[in-house]
Amino acid sequence: MIDPYLIRKDFPMFVNGVKMQGHPLVWLDNASTTFKPYSVEKAVERYYETETSNSHRGDYDLCFKMDEEVLNTRKKVANFINCDPTEVVFTSGTTASLNLVAFGYGAKYLKEGDEILLTQAEHASNVLPWFKVAEMTGAKIGYIPLDEEGRLTVENLKKALTPKTKIVAVAYVTNVLAYIAPIKEIAKACHENGTILVVDGAQSTPHMKTDVRDLDCDFLAFSGHKMLGPTGIGVLYGKFDLLCKTDPFMTGGGMNAKFDMCGDVGYLQPPLKFEAGTQNLEGIIGLGAAIDYLGKIGMDEIESYGRMLKKYCVEKLEETGMADIYNPHSEGPVVAFNVKGVFSQDAATFLNSRGIACRSGNHCAKILIDYLKVYATVRASFYIYTSKEDIDALADAVKHGKEFLDAYF
Amino acid sequence: MPTFELTPQLMREIIMDHYSNPRHKGVPADAHGYLKTHADSENCIDDFDLYLKEENGRIVDAMWDGIACTISTASTDILCERAIGMDAKGAHYLVEQFMNMIAEKPYDESVLDEALAFVNTGKQAARIHCATMGWTALDELIGGNKNNG
Repeated sequence: MIDPYLIRKDFPMFVNGVKMQGHPLVWLDNASTTFKPYSVEKAVERYYETETSNSHRGDYDLCFKMDEEVLNTRKKVANFINCDPTEVVFTSGTTASLNLVAFGYGAKYLKEGDEILLTQAEHASNVLPWFKVAEMTGAKIGYIPLDEEGRLTVENLKKALTPKTKIVAVAYVTNVLAYIAPIKEIAKACHENGTILVVDGAQSTPHMKTDVRDLDCDFLAFSGHKMLGPTGIGVLYGKFDLLCKTDPFMTGGGMNAKFDMCGDVGYLQPPLKFEAGTQNLEGIIGLGAAIDYLGKIGMDEIESYGRMLKKYCVEKLEETGMADIYNPHSEGPVVAFNVKGVFSQDAATFLNSRGIACRSGNHCAKILIDYLKVYATVRASFYIYTSKEDIDALADAVKHGKEFLDAYF
Repeated sequence: MPTFELTPQLMREIIMDHYSNPRHKGVPADAHGYLKTHADSENCIDDFDLYLKEENGRIVDAMWDGIACTISTASTDILCERAIGMDAKGAHYLVEQFMNMIAEKPYDESVLDEALAFVNTGKQAARIHCATMGWTALDELIGGNKNNG
């Protein structure tokens, strides 16, 4: 079992004793972003202190070494999700990755009357690009109904699929309710229908083993900063033949093989054809270090620790008798709740006054409101350095939630 | 000077009272003749419309309607109460004094009355926008700095 206090020794945010409102920090906003270990910080620092150069831009040793580093991280990512390095595209994060699929693939192939299926639990980044693409192409947006708990099931997907469904875009783990979707079965149903499956992996990749070959999804997007890596770096995985068919979202230096004054352009092969301009090299190196760190702990360990914390948190919040919990049975390390009779933002401010960082609001899943029948929730989310004592602090605050205006006095 | 002694207990009561029982929440039955603006936030779920009716240079009615947290509900409701009866210049002065108070600058407390309950908002920096968004919206509706002096 993971020892969060041992892990905290690797994280400057804990070692430096960062406080909030005079209290030791209780960081329960990991679904939003995660802290970075020293090894990631050092890797980024190394790039600036001894390894600065651009990639594929020169003929000297430092540049050659940078190319090696980028390729090395691409291999680490490939190994991490079980694909070929040529199927790993570096982006600025999940949002950029999903936009790349939507505009590079969706906008190119969708036609009027075609259908894109989403769910009500999707993050804005897996909704708004598809809205835009639908507007551009005349395709329609449909929603796969969630079951009464808020879960996506294969049965409901099968009922929603039609011959017109060309793209299904869903989260592997949703960012508010944190149910794990049966992606492997979903992929099978999609492919039997001739449908492409795009998976938002922002909330799954940091917390569980991901095997894209086994899942057989067509695209997978995820972010580095939610898995101990730097901000501004993420990945789009795509099956190589689909990446070949996808148009670049951005063009420019570093992604073309040749072009002439008549406008004839030859693009490089994937993944380089999607990586126009100077890449986020410190981010790429930092992401590699984050993957190394996660690898040492083990993704199965991380998943089971997250499930333990989730269960513990639900129990503790239920004991207070003061919380409405919206996802007690979901698998992901996220608890969405409200303090009875207290508006979520007011509850989060009260938690802040006790040094507890929780997100409140609709968490970028604005269409989930229709499903939950509440305007907003408080979201507590955990990671490898979260302790049971963090959750105890949350439960104790919830117990006193009615006194939320204390935050100001 | 306010006509009451401002204790933390009283400040809580003022905020909770306007939150639980807002006096000026709702859409005008006849919106004809009302100025209207929208206020929302990127860091809070607050999302509401503010309505203002002026006659002969005075604010004769102020209302708001939408979704809002305790802080923005109470502060916007108190704002409506304070602004009714004022001319644009007076209302702008009111807004200015409230903003000064929130920013912990010198302010004229004589005009703020129940709005003084928000004197501690700065303790929760993330909620400053909640406390001020209705006030900024009203200032825009009445022409803002154009009325300054």
